[in-house]
Amino acid sequence: MKSQIDVKTVRRPYVRPMAGWWKGNAFFVRYMVREATAVAVWIYALVLTVGVLRLGQGEAAWNGWLDAMKSPLSLSLHLVLLVSMVVHTYSWFEIMPKTMAPMVINGERLSAERIQRTGWSVAAVAFVVTLLLAVWSQA
Amino acid sequence: MKKRSNAPFFWLLFGAGGVLSALLGSALVLITGLATPLGLGLHSDFMSYPRMLAFSQNFIGKGFVFVVIALFAWHAAHRIFHSLHDVGIPHGTPSKIMCYGSALVMTLVAAFSLLRIGFY
Repeated sequence: MKSQIDVKTVRRPYVRPMAGWWKGNAFFVRYMVREATAVAVWIYALVLTVGVLRLGQGEAAWNGWLDAMKSPLSLSLHLVLLVSMVVHTYSWFEIMPKTMAPMVINGERLSAERIQRTGWSVAAVAFVVTLLLAVWSQA
Repeated sequence: MKKRSNAPFFWLLFGAGGVLSALLGSALVLITGLATPLGLGLHSDFMSYPRMLAFSQNFIGKGFVFVVIALFAWHAAHRIFHSLHDVGIPHGTPSKIMCYGSALVMTLVAAFSLLRIGFY
């Protein structure tokens, strides 16, 4: 029996390409945008990690970090991060009816709209309260 | 005895980080990345060294900074790890180390720095 290894194969099996598979379908585009917000959360966690590291290294290091945060590159990055965070908040509560366990109140299942609206409302309140706390802390 | 899966643990960190970032992420990015550097609505010394040092030396402030960094990092790492499959990168040990490793490094750096800053 001839060894299989010596035989040069002419087979070219079809491998379905992965690149851009999601682009043709609005549902999958939304899915990919939603998942991509994780990159923004990752980058922001890294920005804060570097900040805390610099804070621990003393005043000069911290002021260097503050200056870096004022650079046009950082400002444009944070503008993108802000938009991504808003998309993350919106989509997180948008899919919550599917990700959380069904909740039954008075024998009726809590509707998807109720869950979404509650989530978005709580997020809006948290946003305003956080900004108010920041402003008030200056007084 | 069957080895117990560690999946629920990572999923819990993912879920907790997802909620926290959904509730606070936008406001924090706005405050630290735009309003303070530009002096928009907040004084430009809002994040001055004495203020941030006092905040991080406070027990609650320290805990807040640590929880935000750690949960944001673990949420993102878990989500990115599972999305790699969708862009054609199969699950494997290298991608797992890259994703969860980055979250672990951020957690440790934050913990080390916050301990170094000390308590007041």
